Amino acid sequence: MITIKNLHATIEGKKILKGLNLEVNAGEIHAIMGPNGAGKSTLASVLAGREDYEITEGSVDFDGVDLLEMDTEERAREGLFLAFQYPIEIPGVSNINFLRTAINETREHKGQDPISAKDFMAMVREKSKLVELDPKLASRSVNEGFSGGEKKRNEIFQMAMLDPKLSILDETDSGLDIDALRVVAGGVNTLKSEKNATIVITHYQRLLDYIVPDFVHVLHDGKIVKTGPKELALDLEEKGYDWIKEEN
Amino acid sequence: MSNYTENELAKDLENQEYEFGFTSDIQADKAPKGLNEGIIRFISAKKNEPEWLLEFRLDAFRKWQEMTEPSWAHVHYKKVDFQDICYYAAPKQTKKYESWDDVDPEMKETMKKLGISLEEQKRLTGVAVDFVMDSVSVATSFKDKLAELGIIFCSFSEAVQEYPELVRANMGTVIPVTDNYYAALNSAVFTDGSFCYIPKGVKCPMELSTYFRINEGGTGQFERTLVVADEGAYVSYLEGCTAPQRDENQLHAAVVELIAKDNAEIKYSTVQNWYPGDKDGNGGIFNFVTKRGICGTNSKISWTQVETGSAVTWKYPSCILKGDNSIGEFYSVAVTNNYQQADTGTKMIHLGKNTKSTIISKGISAGKSHNSYRGLVQIHKGAKNARNFSQCDSLLMTDECGAHTFPYIECKNSSAKIEHEATTSKIGEDQIFYCKQRGIGEEKAISLIVNGYCKEVLNQLPMEFAVEAQKLLSISLEGSVG
Repeated sequence: MITIKNLHATIEGKKILKGLNLEVNAGEIHAIMGPNGAGKSTLASVLAGREDYEITEGSVDFDGVDLLEMDTEERAREGLFLAFQYPIEIPGVSNINFLRTAINETREHKGQDPISAKDFMAMVREKSKLVELDPKLASRSVNEGFSGGEKKRNEIFQMAMLDPKLSILDETDSGLDIDALRVVAGGVNTLKSEKNATIVITHYQRLLDYIVPDFVHVLHDGKIVKTGPKELALDLEEKGYDWIKEEN
Repeated sequence: MSNYTENELAKDLENQEYEFGFTSDIQADKAPKGLNEGIIRFISAKKNEPEWLLEFRLDAFRKWQEMTEPSWAHVHYKKVDFQDICYYAAPKQTKKYESWDDVDPEMKETMKKLGISLEEQKRLTGVAVDFVMDSVSVATSFKDKLAELGIIFCSFSEAVQEYPELVRANMGTVIPVTDNYYAALNSAVFTDGSFCYIPKGVKCPMELSTYFRINEGGTGQFERTLVVADEGAYVSYLEGCTAPQRDENQLHAAVVELIAKDNAEIKYSTVQNWYPGDKDGNGGIFNFVTKRGICGTNSKISWTQVETGSAVTWKYPSCILKGDNSIGEFYSVAVTNNYQQADTGTKMIHLGKNTKSTIISKGISAGKSHNSYRGLVQIHKGAKNARNFSQCDSLLMTDECGAHTFPYIECKNSSAKIEHEATTSKIGEDQIFYCKQRGIGEEKAISLIVNGYCKEVLNQLPMEFAVEAQKLLSISLEGSVG
């Protein structure tokens, strides 16, 4: 699905990623954990194509194509989805209009006709149930006036609507209470299939009780320094990140 | 990573052409250039006007000569040479059109290019349209149907001939000839426009619409619109404007007067897309317009405008809330790009008790343009319990443009309640990135965000107009984020 080789990235001259390697196959869930400032969110931003970052070295292959050559919107249309840590508000633009535009842009990219209003609304009803999103929120402006939990649910709702190949969840658990966490995780688990993959970026082990990863990676100082099975997350929880820092 | 640099953005912006820059080849019946009493007499005679109207014009002309061009607006431009303008240009085919089929095919073609095929509109939307090209009104559709209800909707010239008393009793009562420099000029040289009268208690069943187009080079357009809603009447009126692409500046100085008698309501919507000039600021329309309405008891006047065109805009659609419990509303979106300048806003004059006004203004500046909101809320002594709410938002698309807000409040009654909110924001990189991450391209993302920002205003427009306005906003702002 995605193969990241020796990835180096800087922002305003400051090196953040320093030779990161990662391979994720279809059907897998990978967790990326690490202390603050390790480069977790940078990795998410770089993969999504945020232009503030400069790639100085390395390559990213996304299902056979060079990801780094593509614009942000092309990456999205090719099936890369980023659930934002801080979802953005767009006043005056309804969630529905936003999503319909997004879906149709992707369909156009693939040479398909726009989705019919009927099919689209049926999909909205079905997918909003998945994350127990109040249908009223679907017609409100994108994230405007949403609570923290509603924003995160809305991200997973959008993910369900767009049906991506690779989803990156950037600190989706931050600011969620335990009930919301369960709902969001339930959504992610339901959407999991043999054809898609998920990268879960998180600071805490808590989320991984609900979204069980196939692999856990520890990111430290711009590199993945340790990879292990899901139990690695528990070790980290117990010993803290200093243990990793000391080892390196 | 995207290689879309700022230079490319700038290039895109420059290459973005004015869609309506065609001229129609219809032979014009033009007056010689220049302005003097002789020209005014020529216009009046050409239109076969009664003596009182000629006197009205001459009086206005004499007063205009003593006035000076206002310079208080936040706009800079080369002063207009009023002797270098042609004040009358009628398409040569002057015979009256009995039906739509009689209209010159080329004229129809012009309308089609504007995307306002009357035929289609007739079928699909049931909008009655009056089309004013250069100075003369060329087609009014749906007249018979409206006549059954006693509604008069025709060109101003026709109204002068057919309903002289109605015209005489109302014209100049809201905007006196001496109101301002451009209104005086218009009163002297106006050539046509639209007239509308809704009788007592009648709710006009369809949107009435006028399209204005300046076609001839070297001409000015001075149209007058007069809308009278008698007691308990209702009308929704739409106005659209385009002009061909020319290197010279052309002057448009219109006067629009609205009269809402007791319990009446007038909704007046404008989508203004006069030629804005090229990327270097050459050419374009000078749009110096006076619009004002007066409200009787329990009546309401609502102005909605989407201003995307013109090199310079100077325009303040206003409401005189004379009757008790009357309501004035002003909803505006003004977009400026390249070297465009807009100084626009409203005046809400509260005279009656319990009068209410709402002002929602959304300015969007791109390129090197300047966009100003100028508004006056005036509460007079007798205006007990007057209420005003104003909201003025500015959105900046580049680092080189400017947004300015000039709100004036004059309050002479202590029971008044006046609220003013203002915001200035730059279009969010984060918002654009969020859209792009969902697969939405940059152009469409900007269009979505801008339309969302203007939603409160666009919602006020009738459906067909709202769609057109949305398209216009996107076209006006293509590639304009810097």
